[in-house]
Amino acid sequence: MSALLQVKGMSAWYGAIRALYELDLSIEKGGVTALLGANGAGKTTTLRAICNMIRRSGNTILDGTDITRRSTEDIVRMGVAHVPEGRGTFVALTVEENLKLAFHIRRDHAEARRDMDLVFEYFPRLKERIRQQAGTLSGGEQQMLAIARALMIRPRLMLLDEPSFGLAPLVVQEIFRILRRINAEEHVSMLIVEQNAALALDLADHVYLLETGSVVTSGPSAMVQNDETLRKAYLGY
Amino acid sequence: MAAIVNGWAMKKGFGLVAIIFWIVLALLPMVGLITEDPSFEYYMFMGQSMLIYAIAVLGLNLLIGFNGQISLGHSAFFALGAYTAAILMTFGGWPFWATLPVAGAVCFGAGFLFGFPALKLEGHYLALATFTLAIAVPQLLKYKPIAPWTGGVGGVLLDKPEPPEWLGLSVDQYLYYLCLIVAILMFWLVFNLLRSRSGLAMMAIRDHAMAAGTMGVDTALYKTVTFGISAGITGVAGGLSAITIAYVAPDSFTLQLAISFLVGLVVGGLASLPGCLIGGAFIVLVQNSAQSISDWMKTTFALRYDVPAWAIYGVLLLLLMYVMPTGVMGGITALRQKISGRRTTRVNAPSSTVVRPGKTAGETTPAA
Amino acid sequence: MDFFVQQIAAGLTSGAIYACVALGLVMIYVSTDHINFAQGEMAMFATYLAWAMIDAGLPYWVAFGLTVAIAFGGGLFIQRVVLKPLENAPVLALVVCFIALLSIFNALAGMIWSYTIKQFPSPFPARDIFGNGLVSVQQLGVVAVTLIMLGALTVFFRYTTLGLAMRAAAQNATSARLMGVRVSWMLALGWGLAAAIGAIAGMLVAPIVFLDPNMMTGILVYGFAGALVGGIGNPMGAVAGGFIVGVLENLVGSYVIGNELKLTFALIVVIGVLLLKPAGIFGRVIVKRV
Repeated sequence: MSALLQVKGMSAWYGAIRALYELDLSIEKGGVTALLGANGAGKTTTLRAICNMIRRSGNTILDGTDITRRSTEDIVRMGVAHVPEGRGTFVALTVEENLKLAFHIRRDHAEARRDMDLVFEYFPRLKERIRQQAGTLSGGEQQMLAIARALMIRPRLMLLDEPSFGLAPLVVQEIFRILRRINAEEHVSMLIVEQNAALALDLADHVYLLETGSVVTSGPSAMVQNDETLRKAYLGY
Repeated sequence: MAAIVNGWAMKKGFGLVAIIFWIVLALLPMVGLITEDPSFEYYMFMGQSMLIYAIAVLGLNLLIGFNGQISLGHSAFFALGAYTAAILMTFGGWPFWATLPVAGAVCFGAGFLFGFPALKLEGHYLALATFTLAIAVPQLLKYKPIAPWTGGVGGVLLDKPEPPEWLGLSVDQYLYYLCLIVAILMFWLVFNLLRSRSGLAMMAIRDHAMAAGTMGVDTALYKTVTFGISAGITGVAGGLSAITIAYVAPDSFTLQLAISFLVGLVVGGLASLPGCLIGGAFIVLVQNSAQSISDWMKTTFALRYDVPAWAIYGVLLLLLMYVMPTGVMGGITALRQKISGRRTTRVNAPSSTVVRPGKTAGETTPAA
Repeated sequence: MDFFVQQIAAGLTSGAIYACVALGLVMIYVSTDHINFAQGEMAMFATYLAWAMIDAGLPYWVAFGLTVAIAFGGGLFIQRVVLKPLENAPVLALVVCFIALLSIFNALAGMIWSYTIKQFPSPFPARDIFGNGLVSVQQLGVVAVTLIMLGALTVFFRYTTLGLAMRAAAQNATSARLMGVRVSWMLALGWGLAAAIGAIAGMLVAPIVFLDPNMMTGILVYGFAGALVGGIGNPMGAVAGGFIVGVLENLVGSYVIGNELKLTFALIVVIGVLLLKPAGIFGRVIVKRV
């Protein structure tokens, strides 16, 4: 059981405001980990801090390599894909261009082209809209596009920030089904931040519960799912 | 809202310093009674220029520092004020002091009108529009059909006003007092404006235009009026320059002039009234020492040609943006905050009042 | 009629220059969201470098190539060294920075080479194309160079991965970073390209208006007008805008208001476009679904 990503003593700040307090996280290879908690608990902040998008302290180790001081783009190039809050779609580019952007960092163009076909297999709806301006896609489609973009860089680890946000339940189910497939078939480990705890617990093996910037508890998702006190206190159901 | 309550409105001590300062300025010409120095008259002239630039910078500061808009074209309003005064004196035979209110009013009108299109423009675009204005103006002033009034390329020569006998002052001392009185008037006006509800509205617009709008501030009206007032004040400075230099010509009012206003503003410190005076003094000092700096540089770096004042401005602007973007006054206030800051943890601490321009050329960043 | 054709030809020639300047402006605007007020002076300075090289005996096209390369490097340098530290600074600070650069380049040129005007050679022979005194090879050459440059850039941006990366970085820096794009370098590249394009514009116009430190100030204003008319976010639009402004300027100058108010005309165009159609004729309105 080797850890793909290890976070040690990570604190993070937005300007002068501290958002995380000495966080410790460990993500196993091949698994899906959920990061849960109420609004403002620091979930999104954690993802941003891992990618060095905000001021932070502590250590981050990716598969044995210390990535604490690396720039965001370098971390991405090392195999960490971040599907951000709000999708981060390049609205003025076409769907195809959104995906082709990955070619910029991939030397293996032939492989990359095959990956595009793979991505369209997972998300046939995107293939239908391939030349459409990405900004005109629906919320669900943009989420699919964001995940597809992440896949295009052949990540070892995918960080997903609230993939269900603002989407209709049926769409969310479809997306989570696909995420499960991606995890199993492409061997992409995942760290998912979600407000929709039930959904995340269903997908994940392991869970971290956050509250005001600290880890309150962690364990296998079954444990949390079965613990009514925990669920009521931190997840509201 | 914290940033809106500007520090200097709360500081009573500051008011005393200001009064003493103006009194000292008023007493300076009296030195002329004691000294035998022949260049004293020239120092008086320098003093006039410093005050004139200070007023011009005050106008610009109102727009940029206190209202969050931007202008690279205030040389246009300065020119308009100067030419208005010149034309009234030459063709209307008006006494010099009467031309100033008219210059101010005309420039207010022009600024107000320009303020309308400016409403739709933010940041870079407004900078662009005013930049173009600054470049177009010298050519416009040379336009032949209006040359009978503007004197075309050659400009208009004026007579320096003579002081009345009973005052016992020299011409330059007299004009110095004129500039001083106008300066005091302008600063007093702006000071009161900023402390009034209108002033609060102006600064609210700077800090967060949308929020101000939802609070019932007629943003459009305030912005256009502020543009007008800003232009009017700079126009009065222009009128003064016509009187004191006794000459107006198109090539005195180029983009370089607009840039020197900007330099003065940045050096003195945005949203700082004393900063305007520092800025005005600074501009004149650089202009005057340009030749000596140039000579020094020529010998040190074996250059063949003169270093123009505007190279110095350029380098300074750049350095300031890195080192001291809040200008001299900002530096002073930050220092004071450091000294006394340990005891107070107010969010709207003084350093937040010497404003850092925000994304829309005017938001403050709350002090940590 | 002859006069009219001449004016159109002259308009297209100046239009080509404005188009080049506009293109450089658009390049920087698209990649950094900033308007480079120093674009004209940078171009002028590069042209002086070319002049110095030619004066020292280098053949024209060698000097041309070297200048473009140096300008590219210079643009890169300015973005990395001068502007990067200020990247999160507010708009005003950046505008001040650009103005500072403008002043420095203008003054440097005057300091090093003086303010007396100089002759700058043209690579095109001073012949007429059709033998009737209406259009010269020079004019055609200028337009041709501009169009070739535009073609190359369009291909670059639309069909290469690097071009795509630059566009992505310009549109959404955060998302671009999350795709592994080194955004800072993309910005620097944008500046390098803009500087190079500016240098070409300067070298094209110098034979016509003679080289002096204030050569580009008026042209810059027309470049702005052209970029705005065509759509400041759109390279092809900017070029079209440049040509339109060039032709209009000449026609209006000859038939309507005389040549003395040309800059005022540019001012009216600038303000007019900013008010009436800020996206320009060809500017696209980007649809955003929340």
